[in-house]
Amino acid sequence: MNEQRASLPGTIAAWVVAFLMVFPILWMAITAFKTESEAIAIPPLLLFRPVLSSFAAALAQSGYLHFALNSIIVSLGSTVLAILIAFPAAYAMAFQPGRHTQDLLVWMLSTKMLPPVGVLVPIYLIFRDTGLLDTVEGLVIVDTLMNLPIVVWMLFSFFRDIPRDILEAAHMDGVGPRKQMMHLLLPLASPGIASAALLAIILSWNEAFWSINLTAAHAGTLAAYIARYSAPEGLFWAKLSAASVLAVAPILLFGCLAQRRLVRGLTVGAVK
Amino acid sequence: MAKLELRKVGKFYGGFEAVKSVDLTVEDREFVVFVGPSGCGKTTLLRMIAGLEDISSGELFIDGARANAVPPDKRGLAMVFQSYALYPHMTVAGNMGFALKMAGAPKAEIAEKVQEAARVLQLEPLLNRRPRMLSGGQRQRVAIGRAIVRSPKGFLFDEPLSNLDAALRVQMRTELVKLHQALAATMIYVTHDQVEAMTMADRIVVLEGGRVAQVGTPLELYHRPANLFVAGFIGSPKMNFLSARAVAIGPRETTLELAPDRVLAFPSPAPALAIAPGAAVTLGVRPEHLRFVESGPLRGVVDVVEHLGVETLVYVKESSGGTVIVRTDDLSRVRQGETVSLALHPDRGSLFDTAGDALFHLSPT
Amino acid sequence: MMDATTLSGEAIAAGSLAPARRRLSWLMLSPAVGLLAVWAFVPLAMTLVYSFRRYNLLYPERNGFVGIRNYEYLLSDPSFWTAILNTLVLVLGVLAVTIVLGTVFSLLLNQNFPGRAAARLMVIAPFFVLPPVAALIWKNLLFDPLNGFIAWLLHLAGLPAIAWFTHVPMLALMVIVAWEWTPFATLILLTALQSLDPEQLEAARMDGAGPTNRVIYIVLPHLARPAAITIMMESIFLLSIFAEILTTTAGGPGEATTTLTYLIYIRALLNFDIGGASAAGVLAIVLANIVAFFLMRAVARNLEA
Repeated sequence: MNEQRASLPGTIAAWVVAFLMVFPILWMAITAFKTESEAIAIPPLLLFRPVLSSFAAALAQSGYLHFALNSIIVSLGSTVLAILIAFPAAYAMAFQPGRHTQDLLVWMLSTKMLPPVGVLVPIYLIFRDTGLLDTVEGLVIVDTLMNLPIVVWMLFSFFRDIPRDILEAAHMDGVGPRKQMMHLLLPLASPGIASAALLAIILSWNEAFWSINLTAAHAGTLAAYIARYSAPEGLFWAKLSAASVLAVAPILLFGCLAQRRLVRGLTVGAVK
Repeated sequence: MAKLELRKVGKFYGGFEAVKSVDLTVEDREFVVFVGPSGCGKTTLLRMIAGLEDISSGELFIDGARANAVPPDKRGLAMVFQSYALYPHMTVAGNMGFALKMAGAPKAEIAEKVQEAARVLQLEPLLNRRPRMLSGGQRQRVAIGRAIVRSPKGFLFDEPLSNLDAALRVQMRTELVKLHQALAATMIYVTHDQVEAMTMADRIVVLEGGRVAQVGTPLELYHRPANLFVAGFIGSPKMNFLSARAVAIGPRETTLELAPDRVLAFPSPAPALAIAPGAAVTLGVRPEHLRFVESGPLRGVVDVVEHLGVETLVYVKESSGGTVIVRTDDLSRVRQGETVSLALHPDRGSLFDTAGDALFHLSPT
Repeated sequence: MMDATTLSGEAIAAGSLAPARRRLSWLMLSPAVGLLAVWAFVPLAMTLVYSFRRYNLLYPERNGFVGIRNYEYLLSDPSFWTAILNTLVLVLGVLAVTIVLGTVFSLLLNQNFPGRAAARLMVIAPFFVLPPVAALIWKNLLFDPLNGFIAWLLHLAGLPAIAWFTHVPMLALMVIVAWEWTPFATLILLTALQSLDPEQLEAARMDGAGPTNRVIYIVLPHLARPAAITIMMESIFLLSIFAEILTTTAGGPGEATTTLTYLIYIRALLNFDIGGASAAGVLAIVLANIVAFFLMRAVARNLEA
């Protein structure tokens, strides 16, 4: 049946809330197109000639592109690794469940509950002793392990939603396991794989704790870069905003694309 | 108790007209069933009566008072939903007493009324359970109990049995009829299942495309369908429709030609049929009004024989091309592939014009 | 359960996979299980071991088993209790704000109004902002007492500017973190609202419950469980808030915004006190596990359903 239209006050309230929540992002984006003196002008300038000079300055900043590249490598690398490791595990749990499958799954998820700070000391020391400190490889490993439980869980839940009948029908039609995988499972699970990947990319792109603590000038990601950038460059608001816009924009886009499926991943299925 | 009157009630969704100018009176204590295929507007009509949908045009009167703008809870009607819509976080007692609690009734009165309804529906041992701990049939009874507790003037049911298995459905059907007698309340019941409609209703409203196709008692609809739609919708297996031509319309006898050299004659009705000789008509014959004979106006080859125990359904591929269904208790004679001849019951059947409206019925009633 | 037969082609009795199948199944599981086991147990064990040792990277030669002295020292350290208090204030405060706002926002966004999809994205967007960026937007563009947007708003209202990070540092931090996490609560509660059977609301309407009563008696009880899960998930994350503190207050002024996480960071990576930091780390794990215990119970229950 037709959903009832919201009242006018309800509509206005919803839009006010939406505007207030997005305002800081919006204001950052606006500031990024100002000159430094416009950026700190009081009263704040709403009408101004947008310039790209702050973006140019941010990009020219020593190492910005280097850190951006690190962010891309780390988030994509850890996501691909996590999916490669999670895929067979989720497959086995979904299609060949044993007596302890569920306990295993719950245990995997529970590793996510370990606060990173609790293991900061040993991880730091291990990284120092194995030469992984301030390396992209090290950060890829950490992010992969951080996201592995969520990726396993998401893939498992998507596999489990594939109707058994379809695979059984394929089996009756004489389609072998490999072809079932290629022609049925992958296409059917691909939205699930895509959303698991998207969530993993978002989480590792925005991961700040480990990248700040385990990296320095060489393997730092944008999160670490901007956290450090703040101290000396804090006064250059336009440049800072431009750098931030560049760091946030891709993930904001991904996040908006994936928002529907994110709830399942973020709450590991506790809320559907 | 309630008498409901609908005057030219219509519903528009944007440009789409879901319900088209329905006129209907539901008498006090009557059990009326709205039936029709999905999308016919029966649920929309019910929801407009409930007050859950606005009435786009026309008027609704409850006990003579105009009720278009009366909010749902003030109409004195209770509704049982298809999904039961039980409140999952409340106990059975909490569910049943919710309306009274909202109305600000004292706790003792709520408890008493809930107790009373629970007794009628045999829910007493379940009063402290949550809905998810109940079986489908029990949930169904709680939903009905929630309606009873309010002592409404009328009950509205939206396909309430569709989520139950077949055996339980038959049982609940009987229970609802008994409940109707016990409560002596007005009930409107929506279903797409014509068997439910036939077994429960005092009167049936058949809806098609948002319009009322016919209103009548179950037997009226069965024996005197107003049009081809009702004729085809009511009854299972369906009524057979035979194309024919009226060749002679005399004062005493009317003659139809089913095919060249096969004619059928019957006494002319009064007043005489308002069609020209030679006009095309459709003859409707129920499967049980056909019988196998040595030589009759219909001939064909037996296609399928279905033995249902109490009766046998025979599908005959008729020589003009269509399939005719015959309902018979004869178990022995007819075999698949056999050529048979059929005769019509002498005083049963309906005749429809090219627009699909009934011209007249050969019927005892 | 005949799941296994689907791919094997053999009829296998329920629950008992043929040995070959079982081996393959374990082979597929082992990389994930093995890695996570190492990731979960080795550092944990190391933390535990270090917490009983004297170990400072600056004086590596003074090193040995000291029993529970690190814990004694920690528990008698006022900084530790300040950090615990700060953590509780931050976590509980942000939880309260995000759940209340999340509920209100999700109810607003669940309405049918023009541009609903766009408004939802706008509300959810802050969740995807890099934490240091979120902190810096607020610290500079909005909270700056001279040139910040809020200072200007206060000026328009005839009020004096507030030096947020000097006078109310914890409040300022909470505003930032709440802004980041309200979208999370909103998103989850909104999803939960959409799973509410509309017939239940209609039944309540028939039962005479007005809009307010429908929210109180039907909608809020429906949200109770998702809200509990939101609280648990969020507290795990809030316990680990770090980048926001580092980029705004660095735990200060004084120890005003030093949380347990930040304290451990200072002890471990700035003071190189491995033993003391590990003892604090163990306590942080215990704290998180209390929450996690309830969360995992809820998750496991849902897996069965």
